[in-house]
Amino acid sequence: MAEQSNNDQAGSGELTSRRTFLLRVGIAINAVAVALFAIPILGYVLSPARKFVWLRWISLGPLTNFPENQTRLAEYVNPFRKPWDGETANIPCWVRHLSGGDFQVFAINCTHLGCPVRWFAESELFMCPCHGGAFYSDGRHASGPPPRPLYQYQHKIEAGQLWVRAGEMPTLGQPTA
Amino acid sequence: MAVMQRIKAVGAWLDERLQLGSTIAEVAEHPVPRSSASWWYIFGSATLVVLIMQIVTGICLATVYTPAANGAWESLIYLNYQQPLGWYIRALHGWGSNFMVALMLVHMVQVFLFGAHKYPRELTWVAGIVLLLCTLGMAFTGQVLRFDQDAYWGLGIGASIAGRSPLIGPKIVDLILGGPIIAGETLSRFFALHVFVIPGLLLAFVGLHLFLVLRLGINEWPMPGRIVTREKYRQQYKELVQRDGEPFFPFAAQKDIVFAGLIILSLVVVAAVMGPIGPGGQPDPTIIQTVPRPDFFFLWLFSVFALLPPWTETFLMLVGPPIAIGLLFAVPFLSGTGEKSWRARPFAVVIVTLILLAIGTLTWLGTYSPWSPQMEAWTEAPVPPDYLKGRTPLELQGAILIQYKQCRNCHSLGGQGGMRGPALGDTAARLTRDEIIRQIVQGGGNMPAYGKNLSPAEVNAIVAFLGTMHPANEPPARDSAKPAEPAASQ
Repeated sequence: MAEQSNNDQAGSGELTSRRTFLLRVGIAINAVAVALFAIPILGYVLSPARKFVWLRWISLGPLTNFPENQTRLAEYVNPFRKPWDGETANIPCWVRHLSGGDFQVFAINCTHLGCPVRWFAESELFMCPCHGGAFYSDGRHASGPPPRPLYQYQHKIEAGQLWVRAGEMPTLGQPTA
Repeated sequence: MAVMQRIKAVGAWLDERLQLGSTIAEVAEHPVPRSSASWWYIFGSATLVVLIMQIVTGICLATVYTPAANGAWESLIYLNYQQPLGWYIRALHGWGSNFMVALMLVHMVQVFLFGAHKYPRELTWVAGIVLLLCTLGMAFTGQVLRFDQDAYWGLGIGASIAGRSPLIGPKIVDLILGGPIIAGETLSRFFALHVFVIPGLLLAFVGLHLFLVLRLGINEWPMPGRIVTREKYRQQYKELVQRDGEPFFPFAAQKDIVFAGLIILSLVVVAAVMGPIGPGGQPDPTIIQTVPRPDFFFLWLFSVFALLPPWTETFLMLVGPPIAIGLLFAVPFLSGTGEKSWRARPFAVVIVTLILLAIGTLTWLGTYSPWSPQMEAWTEAPVPPDYLKGRTPLELQGAILIQYKQCRNCHSLGGQGGMRGPALGDTAARLTRDEIIRQIVQGGGNMPAYGKNLSPAEVNAIVAFLGTMHPANEPPARDSAKPAEPAASQ
C-alpha cells in the first residue's frame, strides 16, 4: 500500500512538472522573442546619441562678406540637414573679423540657456534677450548669468572662403559649436 | 407608449449581452458621505471634462496639422486663416490647456488642504502627481508643436539645461533633439510624445485615479479633531457612509454637472473671444530679432533661471526638479495619518501659501522680465524733453551718446527703457562725478565695462549729462572727504 501511494505521488508530481514545463518553455520563448523585438526598438529610439561628434567643415561664404573690424551675422545650412527640416536647417552665427586674417566665429547661442545673442555695434556688446546675459566683442562674459564666454567655432580660410566646423548645438557639456 | 416600450426592449436586449447596466448603476449610485457633496469637490471632475475636450479638439487638429518641420508652421497658419473653423478648434485646444492646468492645480491644492492624500488614499495622490507631470508634459510638448520662434528657442533652453548634466549631458541633448541640433526630427519626437506617449500614460493614470476614488470612497469633509489612524479609519468611513451617505448620482454629482457645464461654457466663450494662441514668428533661427518667452505656466521657471545666483544654477537645475517631484510623491508618506482638516494643519496651510506666493510672484516677474535688456529701447524710446531743457551743448551730446551707445536698453529714463540697471533719472543724486566715471569705464555690479568703447571725450559728455540727473529738490551727490563747494549766494 505504501509503495502504491508513493507511486501515486510520483505520478502526480510528473504531471505537474509536465504542465510547468510548457509554461517554462513559453516564458523562454517569449523572453527571446521580446528581446528580439525590444533591442532593435531601443537602438532605433536611442540612435540620435550614437555619434560622438556631429561636426563637418562648411563654408560661410567669401571673405569679402566680412569686412575688417566688423562683426556680422552669417548663415550656413546645417551639414546634417534632412529634406524635411525646412527653415530650421539654416543656422546663424556671428563672424568677427579682426585686423588681418584674424577671425572669431561665435555661436548664436547664449552660453546660459541657448537663446540667440544679438550684436550691438555701437556699444560693442552681444546681448541676450532671455535672462540678460551680455558679452564683449571678443566673446568674454560682460554681465548676467552666463557661466562662460561665447562658444566659438573652429574655423579656417580656404579658397578665399571662411569655413567653420559645425553641425551641433553647443551646450556647456559639448561646447564644440 | 409603444415607442417607449420599444426602447426599453432594446435596452434590455443590450444589457443582457453587455452586462453594463448593473456596473454603471453600481458606480453611479455608490454611496458617498453627505458632506462630500460640496462645491469644494468639483474641480477634479471639471479637470476630467476639459481633458475629454482636449482629446476631441486634439484629434481634430491632428487631421490638418503637419508634424514636420518644413510644414508645421504653415499648417498652423492654414488652420488659423483658411481651414473652416480651424481658428476655433485651435483656440479651444490652446485655452483648454490653460483651463486644464489651472483646474488641476486648484484640485490639487483642495485635496491637499482637505487631507485627502492621507490613509488609505496615498496612491490616489501618487497617481495624481503622475497626472500633474503628464499634464505639464503635455503643456510643454504642445508649446513645441506650436512650432514658432518661442518653440524653437524653448527647445534650445531645454537642451541647454539637459546639456549641463555631467558626463551624459551631450547624449541627453542628442536624444531630446533627435539629433545634434534642433531640426525636423526634434519636432517629430515631440509630436510622438504629445500625441501618443503622454496621452497614453495620462489615460491610464486617470483610470487608476478614478478606480481608486471609487474603491476607497471619496474623502469625507474633514473636521478638526477627527484623527485618521490606520487601525480605525476604514471602519469609521464605512459607518459614516452607512449612517450619513447618499448615492453619488444625483446627490453629489449634480454640483459636478453644474460646474462642468459652466466650465465648458467659459472655455467656449474664452476661445471664441480670445481666438487661437499663436503661432508667433516662423521657426527660422536666422531671424534673431526675437524675444523668446515660454507659455504662461512656465513663466515662473523662466524667472527662476534669470534670478538664481549663477554659481547655484547648474546644481539647482539638475537636482532641484527631482527633489521637488520626489517631495510631491512623498507627501502622503510623510503625513499619512493624523489631522485632515486644514484648520488643524497650520504648517500645511503655510507651505501651500508660500508655494503659491512664490510661483505667483515669479510668474508676475516673468511677464515683464526686468532682467532682460530691451533690445529696441535705444531707437524706440526717445529722451524725454524734460531731461533736455536748459542743458549745455556738452550735456546734450551726452544725451545723444546715452541713446547711441544703447545705454537705454538696460537703463530707463522717464519710465521707458530696460530695467536691468538702475533708472538714470537720479544718477547724480546717487553717485558723485568720479563714481559715475568709474562705473562707466570699469563696469561692475552686473554692468559691462565701457572703457574700451568710449573715447575720453565721449565719457566726458555722458558724465556731464548724467551730472544733471538729480531731482530739483535734491542736490547732486558729493564726495564727503572734500569740502563742500561754496553755495551760489556767497
